[in-house]
Parts: sequence; structure tokens; C-alpha cells
Amino acid sequence: MAQVNRSPKTYDVCIIGSGARGGIAAKILTEGGLDVVMLEAGPQVHPEKDFKMFMWPYDLPHRGVGVGGKAAENFGEFLAPNGAWQIEGEPYVSAPGSDFQWFRSRIVGGRTNHWGRIALRFAPVDFRSKTRDGLGDDWPIAYEDIAPYYDKVESYIGVFGSQENVDSAPNGIFLPPPKPRCHEILVKKACDKLNIACIPARLAILTKAHNGRLPCHYCGRCERGCTTASNFSSSQVLLPPAMATGKLTLITGAMAREVVVGKTGKAEAVSYIDKATKSEKRVYAKAVVVAASACESARLLLNSKSSLFPDGIANSSGTVGRYLTDSVGSDGWGEIPTLAKMPPHNHDGVGGMHLYMPWWKYDRKNDFPRGYHIEIWGGRNLPGAGMFHTLCREEEGYGASLKKRAREVYGTSVGFSGRGEMIPNPDTYCEIDPERVDQWGIPVLRFHFKWSEHEIRQAKDMQETFRSIVETMGGTYKRRTPIDGPNAFGIEAGGKIIHEVGTARMGDDPKTSVLNGYCQAHDVKNLFVTDGAPLVTNPDKNPTLTIMALSWRASDYLLQQAKNGSLS
Amino acid sequence: MSSVTRRDVLRTLAAGAVGGSVLQVIPTKAAEYAHQAVKKEKAAAPAGKYTPKYFDAHQYETLTSLCDTIIPKDEKSGGAVEAGAPEFIDLLTSENEEFQVKLAGGLLWLDSHCADQYGKTYLECSPEQRKETLDLIAFRKNAKKDPSLSQGVAFFSLLRNMTCDGFYTSKIGIEDLQYIGNVPRGEWPGCPELPS
Repeated sequence: MAQVNRSPKTYDVCIIGSGARGGIAAKILTEGGLDVVMLEAGPQVHPEKDFKMFMWPYDLPHRGVGVGGKAAENFGEFLAPNGAWQIEGEPYVSAPGSDFQWFRSRIVGGRTNHWGRIALRFAPVDFRSKTRDGLGDDWPIAYEDIAPYYDKVESYIGVFGSQENVDSAPNGIFLPPPKPRCHEILVKKACDKLNIACIPARLAILTKAHNGRLPCHYCGRCERGCTTASNFSSSQVLLPPAMATGKLTLITGAMAREVVVGKTGKAEAVSYIDKATKSEKRVYAKAVVVAASACESARLLLNSKSSLFPDGIANSSGTVGRYLTDSVGSDGWGEIPTLAKMPPHNHDGVGGMHLYMPWWKYDRKNDFPRGYHIEIWGGRNLPGAGMFHTLCREEEGYGASLKKRAREVYGTSVGFSGRGEMIPNPDTYCEIDPERVDQWGIPVLRFHFKWSEHEIRQAKDMQETFRSIVETMGGTYKRRTPIDGPNAFGIEAGGKIIHEVGTARMGDDPKTSVLNGYCQAHDVKNLFVTDGAPLVTNPDKNPTLTIMALSWRASDYLLQQAKNGSLS
Repeated sequence: MSSVTRRDVLRTLAAGAVGGSVLQVIPTKAAEYAHQAVKKEKAAAPAGKYTPKYFDAHQYETLTSLCDTIIPKDEKSGGAVEAGAPEFIDLLTSENEEFQVKLAGGLLWLDSHCADQYGKTYLECSPEQRKETLDLIAFRKNAKKDPSLSQGVAFFSLLRNMTCDGFYTSKIGIEDLQYIGNVPRGEWPGCPELPS
């Protein structure tokens, strides 16, 4: 074997990944006095030059679509770096008959640099879904266990919202919400008629100065990254205080390959590829926190094979990679004549919706289990590439009439994105591909993915709801969806909503779960997984806030264990 | 950050220099950087006429004519050519093999079609002949009646999308839509009065 470059010291904790959950762990553990090393597969982020705040499409030669137009499929070149569906040299595979899309971000802060900032608490019932409908499994913890950590996360990062006393959307600690935009007011009026709850959104964006960060300046483009850190990212909000302790060593360009097990069966080090030198290095730590994102973490555990753990570390249950879910996603839109009468005005607001619809049919009998929330978009957005492709396809032609129609339809659309709960199923999981490795020599993931009738019926319900809202607004519903096939009722391919979770779930029974309620591996007590992997269910609430709360809780526990010597 | 007020930051942001980082605000760099990047791009290109990176002179002239027809200048604003759509399309095509086949091939298809119909290239055709040609390939229903037009329809559809992209990402196109925003604001006032 080639010479392995070992770290000269043993850290208290090695954290793998610098996103939302790695960031939380770094902050809590370093502030608690532990000596922490963090491995990040990507480079450092430099907000002042990486974030394209206030730039216009014409400021860039490619007008936002990137070289050869190819950035368009990755949400455009204005997106804060470096997210992509495909990373050169780092492939993944979908098994025959499956289509799974995996959005990864190799950079300090990970996907938090550009994420949608939607910060929703799970509801008490979400931890007890099986008890309610017999599907999937209950969590080993209850809402009451995580509630204090939701409070801590919201208080620290800053989330706007309102106290609504809606069962499916618990109250939280909120900054004031921004006033609705014009199209959102119209949506709310229609929802009131239809008895659909429509309330202020809950986003991790500051509407007031908070913890030394400036309030939002309402440019409406949070996905580009924010140089004033007025929205939440791990890189700007969690890592600076961890760095300030002097206890955090951040190693960038470090692609974790294996969690190394010592003779006693505990994790003792992490092997990684130093991308700059393409060499193997090893860093020693008394505890390891894996927070590389749900599927990347499953990959790392499965690739960490040893005589003690022939199927991968912490995988005696055989469930690592199993129970994978993404959110059910289906979109629709319509044209609203009332909006055509609005005079031109600044419609930007915060980067994201100001109102949304939490799940409102939880107390009814539906023909699918669980539920979904609806996100709202539309109105007079900053024009960009692709904005008029639908118009071109629908109306065709060219010349003065096309230009006139573009003026007429601009800003008159209202769109909806339904985001619902998928039930884990045995046909949906990830595993190590038996043949392929990436350019770092690390075996890659192979995905299996299948929607069940539960999810298809949910997507059908979304489409019917979108149509009824648009028609109640006096508009014309424009989305046409097939009633069967891989995209029945507009259901997106697995992974497309970027809420993949569940691949190392927590549970009371070590035979059917990987982690306990503190995200600690049943098999290896100094190993923790704190990203989306521990989630037992994937409710209709975007998972980031819950993952951060779980990570905070796990970090408090780890800190306490480290202090009383239980880990070593 | 005590020495930097929110007002200062908004003023700097508005002036084009974007604020710094993390938990403290260092109003410098970002837009500075962006503006430098753009300036560099512009400086690299010699002033005046654009030299196509991919299309030959005839193709580029045909492309320019088509862009001008798809989104023409009118009494309110300039058209796709003034907005730089041909340059934008040429740049993307130079970097994308799929566009190369579809657009360069499509331009040849167009000339072949015009040769069959009128014995001339598209550019040599009279305005009436050009209109007659585009009226055929600008609508999918024509290809249903006459399948020999389907490649022309596919070509025109792609070019129409790219021309719209070029136009509506330009200053001219964005102003044509009367978009207002992409600027820092101290307050968010909400929706102005809705029409009844």
C-alpha cells in the first residue's frame, strides 16, 4: 500500500461535511471546548466573489445559462456554487428501470449556500405516523424531544413566520414575516374561498437585524448567496463562530473514503483523498460525525468495510442505504387576468415565497396517506433565459405579435409546487455499485427508485388543487400532465426535489435501524450520523430545519458523552 | 460591524459595491469583482464588429436576419439584434455540439428548402418569400400536414427559444418588460394596490 499520510495529532472529533448539519456540530462541539477537525470535499467559498448578488443576466457573456448553455439544467450560473446534478469524475448510477437524480454541492457550506431557506418544523403527528395509519415506522423520539432544539435553531439562525396554531405546522420562534406580494394576495383570497389554509411562509431569512447579521435588503435572489448573510448558510452563520473558538481545523479538498475502525471496534480515524495531491491521508479522532448528506453518508458507511464490519461500518442491521425517500413533487401554473392589470412595480421581496399552504386536509379522509404543502411562485420576476419558452411553444409564430404577447403575459402567471410525503418502500434504496469507482478510486452509489400508488395519488390531488385555485382566481390552468407513466400527474423523478433522506435511520431496535435517537450508531458508539440519513419519515416539511435540530441535539449528547468519558 | 450602519451598506450596495461576509459587514469587493469580470470580457473583445466564434459569415448573416425577424425592433424598443442575441447564440453554439448540429444543420436546411422553392438562398429571397418560408416552419401544425417540414419546424423552435433568451436577458429586453428591481431596498412595502 502507498504511504499514508497520518495526522500528527488525535482530534476529539472529526466531522465529515460542512453543510447545515456539519456546521451545527462544529459550532456546538467547538463552543463546548472540543478540538474538532472538519473534512470538506470541495473548496473554500468566497461570498464576496462567488455570490453574484445584483448582477444582471447581461453582465455575464452567457447570460446566466453558462458555457454551452449547460448550467441551465443546474438552476443556472447565478446559483451560489458548486451545486450540480452531475459532477465530472464523480458519477453515480441509476439501476435499470430507475431514475434517481442526485444534486450534490462540493464547497464549504454545501447546499446551504443556495438552498430555498424553507424552514418548517415537523408536527407532533409526524413522529407517530405509523401509529396513525400503519405505514412505515414511528420515530424513537417524539416532538417534545426535538422541540427545544427547534427553538434553539430558529433563535440562532433567524426564521420569519407567524403563530398560526395549525396542527400540521407547529408554532415556532419567528421574526416578523414580510407582507405578501400581489399574486400571493390573490392566491390567498382564492384559498379562503376554498377553505385551504394559506399563511405566511417560514424561511431562514432575516426581516430584522439578528445576532449581528443585517436584515434582508429584498433583492429577491437568495439562491445566489447573500454577501450580507441576511439569509442562513452554514458557511456564513455556523462556521464563523466555530472558527472563532480557535478549536476548528477545516480541511478543504478532502474527499472522505473510509471511517477506519480500531481493534476495539470503535471508529479511530477517517481516511480521505487529498484532491490537490491525489494522495491518501488519514486523520485521527476520538469520535466521528458523518454529515456528508444522506446518500453520501450511506456511501461512506457502506464503503467502510473491515473484518469487524464486512457489510460496512454500523451496518449490522443491513439497513444502511435502505428507506431512502425524496419529497413527492409536482408543479403547475396558470395565467391570471387580474395580474395583467397591475402596473409595473418592484415585486422582488425575499428570495422565495411570502405565503404558503401548509397541509390542510390532515383531519379528512383522503385517498392517499400523509399530506403535502404548497409553495407559491409567479409574478413580475427578474427576466431570465427560459422565461418565454412556454409562450413560444404554445403560441409559436414570430415577430411583432410574439414580442407583444411576451409583454402581455409577463408577470401574469402564478405557479404552485406541491411537496409531499413519500412512504419508504422496499424498491427504493441506494447501494454500492459493484463495478464503478469515481476518479478518487472510491466505489460509487447505485440507486433504485420507485414511486408507489400512494405518491401518484398525492400528485393527482396536487394537480386538482392547483387547478381549482387557479380557476377560483379567475385564471386559466396551463399545466398538462399524463395520467400514467414515470411522470404521472407531473410527479418528478426521485431526487429532483433534493430532499433525499432516510439512508441510516434512527430507531430503538438495532436490528432494523442504524442509529439511536441521538444519531449515534448502535454498533459503534463513537460514530454519529447527523444529516438527512437518520430521518425515519420524510414529512411534507422540507427537512433542513429538522436535520439541524437533530444535529444540535446529537451534538449536545456527544459533548456530554465526551466530557464524562463514555466515548473513549 | 458597529461602525457600519445599515444605511451605509444600502448606500454602498446601491452604488454597486457589494458587502462582505459572515457576521460582520465589510462593504467592498463583490460587485466590484463582478464589474471587473464584465469589464475584462468587454475589453477582451475589440470594439465594433463582433467576430463570430462558430458560424461562418453566411451562416451568421442568416442567423442575424432570423433573429431580427423573430424579435424585431418596434416603436417601444430595439429588437433581438440590438440586444445581442446573435452573439449570444454564436457563443453558446461554439461550446455545444448539440447546438452546432441543430443550428448549423438547420441553417443549411433552410437554404436547401429555399433553393428547392425559389432557386435562391434564404438571404437572397424576397421579403415575401422569406415570410412564406417562415410561416411554414414557425408552426407545428404545418409539419403534421407536410412531414418534410418537420426538421425545419424543430430548427425554428430551438432558434426562437434561443432568440427569446438572448433578447429577454438583455438590458433592452428586460426594460421592454418593464421589470423593476434587482436593487437593495431598506423596506419591503408589499403589493401596491390591487386592481378591483
